[in-house]
Order: sequence, then C-alpha cells, then structure tokens
Amino acid sequence: MEHEITLIVNGTARRARVPARRLLSDCLRHDLGLTGTHVGCEHGVCGCCTVLLDGRPVRSCLTFAVTVDGAELTTVEGLAGRDGRLSAVQRAFAECHGLQCGFCTPGFLCTVTALLAENPAPTDDEVIDGISGNLCRCTGYQNIVKAVHRAAELLAEEA
Amino acid sequence: MKPPPFTYHAPRDLAAAVRTLAEVDGKVLAGGQSLIPMLNMRLAAPAHLVDINRAEGLGGIEADPAGVRVGALARHSEVERSGAHPLLTRALRLVAHPVIRNRGTVVGSLVHADPAAELPAVLAVLGGAVRVARWDGGAVAVREVPAAEFFVGPMESAVAPGELAVSAFFPALGAHDGVAFEEVARRHGDYALAGVCAVVTPRGAKVACVGVGPVPVVVDLGDLVNLDSGAPDPRAAADLRAAADLRAAAEAVREATEPEADIHASAAYRRHLVGVLAERALREAAREGAAARGA
Repeated sequence: MEHEITLIVNGTARRARVPARRLLSDCLRHDLGLTGTHVGCEHGVCGCCTVLLDGRPVRSCLTFAVTVDGAELTTVEGLAGRDGRLSAVQRAFAECHGLQCGFCTPGFLCTVTALLAENPAPTDDEVIDGISGNLCRCTGYQNIVKAVHRAAELLAEEA
Repeated sequence: MKPPPFTYHAPRDLAAAVRTLAEVDGKVLAGGQSLIPMLNMRLAAPAHLVDINRAEGLGGIEADPAGVRVGALARHSEVERSGAHPLLTRALRLVAHPVIRNRGTVVGSLVHADPAAELPAVLAVLGGAVRVARWDGGAVAVREVPAAEFFVGPMESAVAPGELAVSAFFPALGAHDGVAFEEVARRHGDYALAGVCAVVTPRGAKVACVGVGPVPVVVDLGDLVNLDSGAPDPRAAADLRAAADLRAAAEAVREATEPEADIHASAAYRRHLVGVLAERALREAAREGAAARGA
C-alpha cells in the first residue's frame, strides 16, 4: 500500500506517493530528485544522509518518509541563499579545505549549520562532540574543525 | 539495506495504538534509531509496524518533587535539554551522537533493553518504573512495572506482545545526593565496553553497571561508601579510610558482575574495567554530594 505524503522541503511543498518502508533518504533522492543528500551506510553510523527536520539534524536513513508527513525539511540544496550565494558554513568549508571527495560533505554541512544555530561560538571540544556522528575518510577532520570555527566567525561578522 | 515491506499503522491516540497492537502482531516505532537499522539490515522483519509518532498525549516531560515522568515520544535531546533530572542528563550525553539523540526516545531505549545501554542503568539505580498500557477489550488497561522487574534479559523487557510502554518514571534525587556516570567505549558514541552509574547519598551508595551482565547489574554498597569518600586530601586519615572503602566497593562490584567476552573485549578485561569505573564513579559522586552538602 502506498501513502500520499507532503513534505516542505527547502521551503517548497512537495508531494510524493511512497510505500511505508521508503526511507526519508530514498524519498528525497528518488521521489523528489534531491540527490544532494548522500547515502553511505544506511544504518545511522556515517552521517552522510543528515538533513534538518524542523530545524534539527536527523539521519534521513533512520526515518521513514511517511512518519514525517507534513514536516519541514532542509537538505544541502536548501542551505545556500535564494540568490545562489553559498551559506557561511558552505563558504567556510570551501575556504578551509574542509572537504576532499565531498561524499560526506552534505551531512557535515547540515550538522554544522544546526550546531552553530544552537551554539554560535563553540569550543574545540564542542565542535568535536558536535561532528562526532559524521565520518570523513579524506580530510582527517582537522580542516573540518577549522571550517566550523571559520563559519562561526563568518556568521558573527554577518549577523 | 532497505527495510522489508510491512503494513503501516499510524494511530492518533493511545487507545487506537493499543487497540491496533491487540489486533496485529506489531512492532512499535517511536524514534526508530535502533529499530530502523535492524530493519535496514534485515535483522528484523515485523509484519506490522505501529508508528506512534502521531499519537496525541504520548510526549512530554513532567517534573515534580517526587521525580520526572518521561513520555514515550520524548526524544533524548528534549530530555537532555530540559535538565529535568541531573543523572538522566549526564547519562544522555553518553547515548550515541547528538544527531541520533534528536530522534531517539528515552522510553524506546528502555524497552530496547540493550545490556550495554546507559538509560536502563539509570532507571535501575534510581529504582524507577515504566508504565505499560494494553487494550483489555473495552478500555486501556495500565500497569506499572518497577525497574527491578522491567529488564528481563539482553534486549528483552517486561513489555509483552500487544503492550505499549507509555512513560517512564525516574525518582528525584535528594538535595545532598551526588551522581556520576563513567564508561569506556572503543569509539565516541559507541555502546560502552563497560559503564557504571553511581548514586551516593548521605546514607549510602548504589551503582548500576552496564555491559557486564544480561541486564543492568545493581549493587547496593550500603554505607561502605559515603559522602566523605570524595574528600580531596589523600593524606588525611579519614581519606585513607575512604580510599580503602572505595577499593572494597570496587571489588564488591567486580564480584557482582558476570561479564562475557566478545570481539571488543575479554570477560577479564571487562571485569577489571568495571571495578576501575566503579571506583571513579563513586569518588566523583561522593565528591559532588559532599559539595552539595557544603562539606
């Protein structure tokens, strides 16, 4: 049996017909064509599929699309401004080389966006705890941590 | 890595939820942070899933002087942020990663009853209870299950088929009680190899250990450890005695546990570890309690 659902994705209401077992990650990628959300491990370990659900980061691979019918979601596609200008977090990642292959990046960007919204000036330890649920096999994390601090600076300057 | 098909139910209130559970052989979906990985890996394939996320009246955190009642839909992060119970807050910081805690529920963790999970130990050491509901044919019937009877075995709680855990009650701490939760995990956010949750009161001390038995292992240490055990000056005679008491307490904890070996650690290592962690947790809790008392 299929379910008719509506998701507010990046400010736009999107409808989809999905079976109950459709993971939110697959719904975003396959039903809505938003392939920016990446799927890594599909059991909640890698963090690549992290999206913002009503402003809070969650694993889209550990959520059924039908459960969040009616919810507001932000994916990596929705982080940049309407004029296409990258968000402060995205610019900081580019500036600090916080990515190499880019596979984990959508998850990091969503996690860090929420982290800085809640804690605009995190300490090193808070950054490390905040991103502990996202795996990156390229960077060794040092530049990601730098990018989080840089994003905090940019956000403070632009506030 | 996709969940097997199932019939989906999304009841709108408690009565509808337990009626559905009485009719079908269903698994309850709340936060899903343990259940959905198991479905994705096809370790579980329930025919019916009863999603309680839309059910009214199952959320909420109610605190009163007697303790804190946490509803079935209260997320880990919500309870952590509320700061309603200091020991619960401390334990929640050790549960998985912040992103998982945005979705996972406290009651779900209890019902899941992983022997290495933190929250069952908190319920056990405080002597809390879980409220469980079922449909008795005409109305919702509710029973309270004390923590000592709630954890039946590894990944097995007292919630029977057809029942729904609706809330958990965590008794409040006294004004002069100190608490601590110490654990060692291979990686940040992993289940612990062993962990110890300690409560030290002016009258005595109690610990609950995780990862070293089929269910949380509660050890009542009586007045072996007290608030003086946290005193900071090891040269004072009272403190030497306190240090000896802590070592004796750690030994009592080691003897009470039955750790098993697995790929992550041997049984002997876990037994050693739980003693070290017990000593650390008791000292920390005693220190906190002594500070609260103004000692």
